Amino acid sequence: MEKLLLSKPGKKIILLGNEAIVRGALESGVQFVSTYPGTPASEIGDTFYRISKESGVYMEYSTNEKVALEGAIGASFSGLKTLVAMKNFGLNVAADSLLPFCYTGSKGPTVIVIGDDPSCWSSAQSEQNSRFFSYLAHIPTLEPSDPQECKDFTKLAFQISEKFGLPVIIRTTTRVAHQRTPVKLGKITRPGRVIGKFIKDPKRFVTMPPRVLEMKKELLEKIEKIKEFSEKSPINSLIGKPSRQEIGIITSGVSYLYVMEALKELTPHQRAGGGLPVLKLGFFYPLPKKKIKIFIKNLEKVLVVEELEPYLEKEIERLAKDTNPKLKVFGKNLLPEVGELKPEIIAQAIAKFANKKFLIPNSRFLVPKIKRFPQLCPGCPYWLVFSAIKKAVNPKRVIFGGDIGCYMLAGLPPHFLQDYLSCMGSSVGIAHGIKKATKQKLITFIGDSTFFHAGIPALINTVFNKSNPLIIVLENQTTAMTGHQPHPGKVIKIEDIVLACGVKNLKVIDPINQKEFIGAVKEFLNKKEVSVIIARRPCIFVK
Amino acid sequence: MVKNFEQFNILIVGTGGQGLITLLQILAEAALLEGKDLKTSELHGLSQRGGSVEVHVRFGKKIYSPLVSQGKADLILGLEIQECLKAYYFANPKTTFLINKYLIPIHFKNPPTENKTLNILKKFSKKIILIKAADICQKEFGTNVTAGIYLLSLASFKNLIPLKPDSILKAIKKIIPEKYWEINLKTFNLAKQEVKKLSKGNKTIIT
Repeated sequence: MEKLLLSKPGKKIILLGNEAIVRGALESGVQFVSTYPGTPASEIGDTFYRISKESGVYMEYSTNEKVALEGAIGASFSGLKTLVAMKNFGLNVAADSLLPFCYTGSKGPTVIVIGDDPSCWSSAQSEQNSRFFSYLAHIPTLEPSDPQECKDFTKLAFQISEKFGLPVIIRTTTRVAHQRTPVKLGKITRPGRVIGKFIKDPKRFVTMPPRVLEMKKELLEKIEKIKEFSEKSPINSLIGKPSRQEIGIITSGVSYLYVMEALKELTPHQRAGGGLPVLKLGFFYPLPKKKIKIFIKNLEKVLVVEELEPYLEKEIERLAKDTNPKLKVFGKNLLPEVGELKPEIIAQAIAKFANKKFLIPNSRFLVPKIKRFPQLCPGCPYWLVFSAIKKAVNPKRVIFGGDIGCYMLAGLPPHFLQDYLSCMGSSVGIAHGIKKATKQKLITFIGDSTFFHAGIPALINTVFNKSNPLIIVLENQTTAMTGHQPHPGKVIKIEDIVLACGVKNLKVIDPINQKEFIGAVKEFLNKKEVSVIIARRPCIFVK
Repeated sequence: MVKNFEQFNILIVGTGGQGLITLLQILAEAALLEGKDLKTSELHGLSQRGGSVEVHVRFGKKIYSPLVSQGKADLILGLEIQECLKAYYFANPKTTFLINKYLIPIHFKNPPTENKTLNILKKFSKKIILIKAADICQKEFGTNVTAGIYLLSLASFKNLIPLKPDSILKAIKKIIPEKYWEINLKTFNLAKQEVKKLSKGNKTIIT
C-alpha cells in the first residue's frame, strides 16, 4: 500500500513535492479532489487516484480544468473540504470560474494547486507566471520552496480558507513539484462520510448585480484581514538581522533555496545567510507589507530574487516610495526574466550586487551541443498516422495544425508535420480561421483527451460557420503524455459526439489499415464541409 | 576517498527510459538511511520520452538547493557516453566521471564519437572511468536494464560515493518492487566482484 497512507506521524520519509501536497491534504482531512492532468502537477491527481479507495477521499479526473474547478466549487458550496490541482495553463481555462468563486467565497475549505514551469521543461505555448492571477482574482497565494513546505503550506492553506472563507492557491514550480526531500509527517485526518449538504443561500452563491459589487467589497475586506494574518505568519521569515546592514535580499519559492546556496558559496565561513539578511516570503498575496517595510527601512540596497516577471520587485519598489525613497531596488537588472533561475546565476547576481567577485565556473568553454529529440515510442500508433499522411498528400502543399499531446512530436524529425501549435484544443479553432481566410488545404491533429477538453466547441463552430478542415482525432484511449490518465472516451464514443455536432464526413479507421487511411485522407481533403477521421488504435501502454 | 564532507553532489545523465529517476530515488533513500540531509531534482513529461535527461542528487550536513551548481559536481554518472557532453559544465578537476560505455544513436550531423567525447571531458577532469556496464549486464542477464544499478553499486564499492554499499542495497530493496529484486541484487553482487578484480589491478578502467 501507499507509503503516504501507511507512514506514521513524526516519521520522516522522502517525498516528491507533489506527494507532499497530497499528504498535507490528507492530514487536513480533504474530502473531494478534482484535477486535469498536466506536468508539473500530474502526480497530485495520480496519487489521489491510487489511494482513493483506501483513503476514502472522492477523486476525479475532470474533462478540463474549468470543469475540475467548478466541481470543486460545487463540493465547497456543499461544505466539503476540497482540493483541485492543475498546471499553469489549466488556470487560464479555469479562470472564468475562479474570479466569481472568490466573490462568493468558499464554504468548505478549498485549496487550488497550480504548477508553473519556468524554462518550459514540459510546457508548450508559453512560459507563464501564474502569480498574476492572484492579483486578478484577489486570491490568497502561498509559495512553498521544498516538499516539507509543500505539505505544511497545504495544511496552512486549508486553515486560511476555513478561517476566511476564500479559496487559497498553492503555487509551485517544476523545481518544487519535482523536488524530493525527507518530510516530517503529521497525523492523517480521515475524511469521514463524504456527503455534504447544499444549504440554499442565494445571497452568498449568486453573483448577480447589484449584489456582485457588494461581494467585491466583501472580498477586499477579507483580503485586508488576511493581510493582517500574513503579517503575523511565520512563513514570512527573516534569516539574519536587517539592522545596521546596508544590503538585504527578498525572495520566495525555490529561489530562496538558491539564494541560501549562493550565500554559502560566496561566504563559506559564515553561518546560514552568509551574514546578509534574507526575507523569505511564503505569502505571495497578500504580501506582509509592514514586515517588508521594516526589512527595507534601513537598507541602502535590496535585491529581489524571483523567477520570471518581477511582480515582487514592483511591489517592493512601491513600498519603498513611502518608507525608504532612497532605497535602490535590484532584481531583473541583474537576473533573467526568461528561464528558470539557478544557484550560480543568483551567486553571480549577489556578487555584483554586494561588490564581491564571483565567476561562474566553466562558462567560457565551448563544447559541441548535442541534441537528442524525444521520440514517439516504438510501436506508437501515431507513427502509422503520420506515415499514412505523408503517403496521402504532399506535405509542402498542406497546412498541418498541432495540438497538445504526444503528437506534438509531429513537429520534430523525422515527421515535420506541424505548422502551428498553440494551446489545448486550439488546432481546430485556428484551422477554422485559416480555412476561412485562405484557399489552402489543411489537416489538424487532436488527441482524444484534448478533443474532450476543448476541441468540441471548435468543431461545432466549423459546422455552424461552415469551414472545411480535415480533423484527425488521434484516439489512443488515454491521456498518454501526462502519465496515462483515463478520460471520458471510456464511456462516450467520439463518433457519437462528432455526428451529433452535425459532421457529415466521418470515418473511424485503425491506422494499421494504411490503404484505407490514405484513401480517406485523399477523399476528405476535397470535401466542401468539415471532415473528421477518428484514428482509433490504443497507446501501447493501454492495458 | 570522501570521508569528511559537507555535501556531496551527484549528477546523473542519460536518456529517457534508462531509469535515472530510480537511481535518484535509491541514492536519496541511502542518504536518508545514513542520516544525511538531502535534496533531489528531476523532470517529468514528454521531453523525457527518449530525450536527454539529467537529474540531480545532493546530500550532506545541510542542503539548500535541489540543483547542483555549475562546476560543483563530485560525481557525474553517465548512462550514455554522448550525454556526458551535457554535463561537462557541472565538472571541476576533482570531479569523477563514471560512464557506461554505451552509445545510443543520435539524429545529429557528425555525432561526437566516443573518443572525441572523452577528449572533451578530459579538459574538465582527468578522472574518467569508463565501464562496460551495459555489455556486462547484457551478457549476464540478456538485458542491459540494470546497467545503472551496476554503475551505482560499483561507485559505492569503489568509494566514489560516500554511502555504504549496505545502505545502497537496503535502498534498492526499498525502491525497487520485490518482483525485480533478484536481477537487481545479482547486478549489485556482480559489481562487487568486479571491484574486487579491479582492486587487483585488472582491466576495464580507462582514465
